[in-house]
Amino acid sequence: MSELRKVNVDGKEIEVPGHYTLMQACEEAGAEIPRFCYHERLSVAGNCRMCLVEWVGAPKPMASCAMSVNDLRPNRDGTPANIRTDSAVVKKAREGVMEFLLINHPLDCPICDQGGECDLQDQAMGYGRGRTRYDEPKRAVEEKNMGPLVKTNMTRCIQCTRCVRFISEVAGVEELGLVNRGENAEITTYLQANLTSELSGNVIDLCPVGALTSRPYAFNARPWELVKTESVDVMDAVGSNIRVDSRGSEVMRILPRNNDDVNEEWISDKTRFVWDGLKRQRLDKPFVRKNDKLVPASWGEALDVVAKRLKGDPERMAAIAGDLCDMESMKALKDLMGSLGVTSLDCRQDGAAIGGQGNGQGREGYLFNSGIAGIDKADAILLIGTNPRMEAPIINARIRGVWLHGEADIGVIGQAADLTYPYEHLGTGPADIAAFAKKRGGFAARFKKAKNPMIIVGMGALSRPDGAQVLREVGELAAKMKIVREDWNGFNVLHTAAARVGGLDIGFIPTNGGKNTDDILIAAKAGEIDTVYLLGADEIDMSALGKAFVIYQGSHGDAGAHRADVILPGAAYTEKDGLYTNTEGRMQDGFRSVFPKGEAREDWAILRALSDTLERTLPYDDLEGLRATIRRPDASAFDPAKLGKSGKVTGKAFASPVTDHYLTNPIARASAVMAACAANTLGVREAAE
Amino acid sequence: MLDDKNRIFTNLYGLQDPSLEAAKKRGAWNGTGEFLALGDDWIVEQIKASGLRGRGGAGFPTGLKWSFMPKEVKDRPHYLVVNADESEPGTCKDRDIMRHDPHLLVEGCLIASFAMRANACYIYLRGEYIDERIALQKAIDEAYKAGLIGKNACGSGFDFDLYLHHGAGAYICGEETALLESLEGKKGQPRLKPPFPANAGLYGCPTTVNNVESIAVAPTILRRGAGWFSGFGRPGNAGTKVFCLSGHVNTPCNVEEEMSIPLKTLIEKHAGGVIGGWDNLKAIIPGGSSVPCLPRDICDTVLMDFDALKEHKSGLGTAAVIVMDQSTDMVRAITRLSYFYKHESCGQCTPCREGTGWMWRVLTRMCEGKAEMAEIDMLLDVSQEIEGHTICALGDAAAWPVQGLIRHFRHEIEDKINTYRAGKSVHAVAAE
Repeated sequence: MSELRKVNVDGKEIEVPGHYTLMQACEEAGAEIPRFCYHERLSVAGNCRMCLVEWVGAPKPMASCAMSVNDLRPNRDGTPANIRTDSAVVKKAREGVMEFLLINHPLDCPICDQGGECDLQDQAMGYGRGRTRYDEPKRAVEEKNMGPLVKTNMTRCIQCTRCVRFISEVAGVEELGLVNRGENAEITTYLQANLTSELSGNVIDLCPVGALTSRPYAFNARPWELVKTESVDVMDAVGSNIRVDSRGSEVMRILPRNNDDVNEEWISDKTRFVWDGLKRQRLDKPFVRKNDKLVPASWGEALDVVAKRLKGDPERMAAIAGDLCDMESMKALKDLMGSLGVTSLDCRQDGAAIGGQGNGQGREGYLFNSGIAGIDKADAILLIGTNPRMEAPIINARIRGVWLHGEADIGVIGQAADLTYPYEHLGTGPADIAAFAKKRGGFAARFKKAKNPMIIVGMGALSRPDGAQVLREVGELAAKMKIVREDWNGFNVLHTAAARVGGLDIGFIPTNGGKNTDDILIAAKAGEIDTVYLLGADEIDMSALGKAFVIYQGSHGDAGAHRADVILPGAAYTEKDGLYTNTEGRMQDGFRSVFPKGEAREDWAILRALSDTLERTLPYDDLEGLRATIRRPDASAFDPAKLGKSGKVTGKAFASPVTDHYLTNPIARASAVMAACAANTLGVREAAE
Repeated sequence: MLDDKNRIFTNLYGLQDPSLEAAKKRGAWNGTGEFLALGDDWIVEQIKASGLRGRGGAGFPTGLKWSFMPKEVKDRPHYLVVNADESEPGTCKDRDIMRHDPHLLVEGCLIASFAMRANACYIYLRGEYIDERIALQKAIDEAYKAGLIGKNACGSGFDFDLYLHHGAGAYICGEETALLESLEGKKGQPRLKPPFPANAGLYGCPTTVNNVESIAVAPTILRRGAGWFSGFGRPGNAGTKVFCLSGHVNTPCNVEEEMSIPLKTLIEKHAGGVIGGWDNLKAIIPGGSSVPCLPRDICDTVLMDFDALKEHKSGLGTAAVIVMDQSTDMVRAITRLSYFYKHESCGQCTPCREGTGWMWRVLTRMCEGKAEMAEIDMLLDVSQEIEGHTICALGDAAAWPVQGLIRHFRHEIEDKINTYRAGKSVHAVAAE
């Protein structure tokens, strides 16, 4: 960090670090600087010229976003340099720039989706002249195709290039650019191809005008008529902070919320555009299977049927929780099953070999211990059996960020996919993990010397039959490389399911000799288990459930509901208050934005009602009471070398569990927009082949 | 009047052979190795003492610019980049230097690079200059072959490589940072300053960008002494300079003359006078299309140097004198220049992207008289909103001709408007 420097802003002397830009210094002094092209998470372009300030004595006004306090010289008499943000020069400059931006900007605010949340609109009110002097014809620019998510209206574009910088710097695909020259300059994709980035929706937020808007949201609502609910995303295990905008009973759109420790201010396209899936394929009333047909039933009837089944032999019952569950509903189900004596519980639909407690395995054995923000500090990152671009685009962007700023090297053991940054491919399967420790030179040498090395192991490595053995290999590597230290824990598990860490934290795993997911399925097929409770679990092989009686509680009519004998309609993540713990173990609050559909109810309440019917009433009457029973597991000793099980690993190459990024859960599969995205990437993949 | 013996560019008109052998006879490459032996500081001191100011337009002292380069080469190499993207309308001086006296430039590149501890130099050549590229490349090849550049250049122990890069013909690439972007293979758009190229230029390394003429005069300054060079012109405006005389003159030409020569003398002696005599003069643009024009009464007495022209709110620029006689429709002339700047704006920053087109459109209407009187002041205001608010100087260059027009020929615009209102043809009046 640089030394403090004195600078005088509008007559107020302040002291700021020398590397501060004039814009930061002015804001420190309480002066507001208008801007369009400047964005704190993107490189500085300095092209909109809206942030001009006057450096007293300089011949021209300065772009405050691009000039640093260090670049200023003190006045001749030694007093700090004078910056003015309120002088006539600045006022004229701002008015001039504003006028230039507006002369070719259409006056279509009444039909523009950006209306009401438009930087140009706001700043025109604050800094523009009241009238136009422009009598010439206005420029019109042809619309550009950018795919199913981003709608363009390029006549409105002010060429700030925020979108270009985002797509090339953060998203890491060089797909947007400014073509042509002068007043003919246009933003476009190459030959108007679709954007392929899974972060492309962020350009909609970045666009300060209405040039890039959300295509699915087009003409649907005005920002001022929406109710805004701050919540947490469940599309992946990142736990991106989101704002759900709703009108009446409908979710109209989803936007990111700033959280520097998690998603900064980006969200993935799946997070942003999945909302239309909340309106399709919904389970809005209880169903009971009669004569091999699901027929609508009343809640009382459905709960009676379920209660009757659950009075059977607990040895022959099992429960599996899905990837989108809130912690409260899993806790309630665990408590209910516990009271019945059922021991076969699992929240790991994919059979991932994580979550074993005690014997040095600890909670850290299944967390992303460095933290998402910790990626910024890493200088060598080894990815094992994971494709973060597909499994957690936000984390991938963060890895790209630390690579881009020149501080980190990256190595991959697993699929050689396009991750948007270069890496050294060190092998494809479990055998390469041990081999890595013996490697010299290249990435291996840099990893050994690194100050903050990270290993990120994904579900591609752990959710396989030899997952426990692979985990042991990874743990031994971590121990050997001494990446778990007092001041730095470089052992990281990257989850794919939003519910996973929460489920493991409350212990939704087999107890006292109970069966895990794989064994439950085997037992069900063999007829040893005859009742299975699926809490939003849709990712298991339904045909393996054999003749078992299936109770499905969830929000969408997906695989689980099709197989179910009783359906208890639950709430989607936007329809309930819930706790979610992300891959780094951060517990976050999700809030209800709209009410559950039809007769559907919040999931914990369904379980509470069921417990009543069963006459094994759960000991809490409200969400607060339930939450009071949720405790994070105590910190136990963590020794990476003791993770998993020792044994032989197979030679099978790692494969990412996410084969279709846009269709990983029931909500996404119900979404037409996600289907279009999936078709789009498929098209790109086919074209490339 | 400059004596023939004091000319630096002795083959400016291509009357002699441009080859190495012939150039050597004219004095090129004479004592180059010895100058290098005197050290880089000595060279920079000589250039500083000569009072040479940059010949590309801005007139920044060349020696001072060279001294901004880091004293030692550390982890990043130094570069010299020669700006041969000569695209300013009216300017064609570098072109003749490169065609007919290329060895002065090649030698200058070696000397300047040595003075700035740069082992590599790039010449960025304008896209339209095909013959010039062939001529210059031939000179470079000759110099390599003769061991004058390359490994152990001129026997000095200094390794020096010279590359000729051909641009694609964009005016904006003559702006030094846009030139660097283009040279790096990117879209030619100016960079933000600071950092200045001397700190972070080509590929992020310390770089100096100089005009062809600034570099090509350096060897002769060393040979004949800084005092000889600074003996020409007024203080602060030293040396000789190639002037480009074009427009309504009897014999348009390039000519090397002493700085601070009266404009009238320059035109009468070298360009055969204004067509129809000095009294037929209407206006002169003294330094390439980007500087404001001057009306006849100023042209009578003004001296051709940086300071004198600045006093009259114009500039020496590239010293491309564009002469316009009484037959010229000033509004149309400036409108054409305005179109040029609109066409060549890179589109990166707002005032230039939007403002150049606006000015051109208003001027186009004014050519026909289809405008309001109040729009003249509005046009002036728009030009001032562009000036000084852009990333690079193209915004200023677009604004100044318009400001010059309104400053000196406002009545012509008013006449056109009045004529149009009276229902007459504006062209008939202009011809009167």
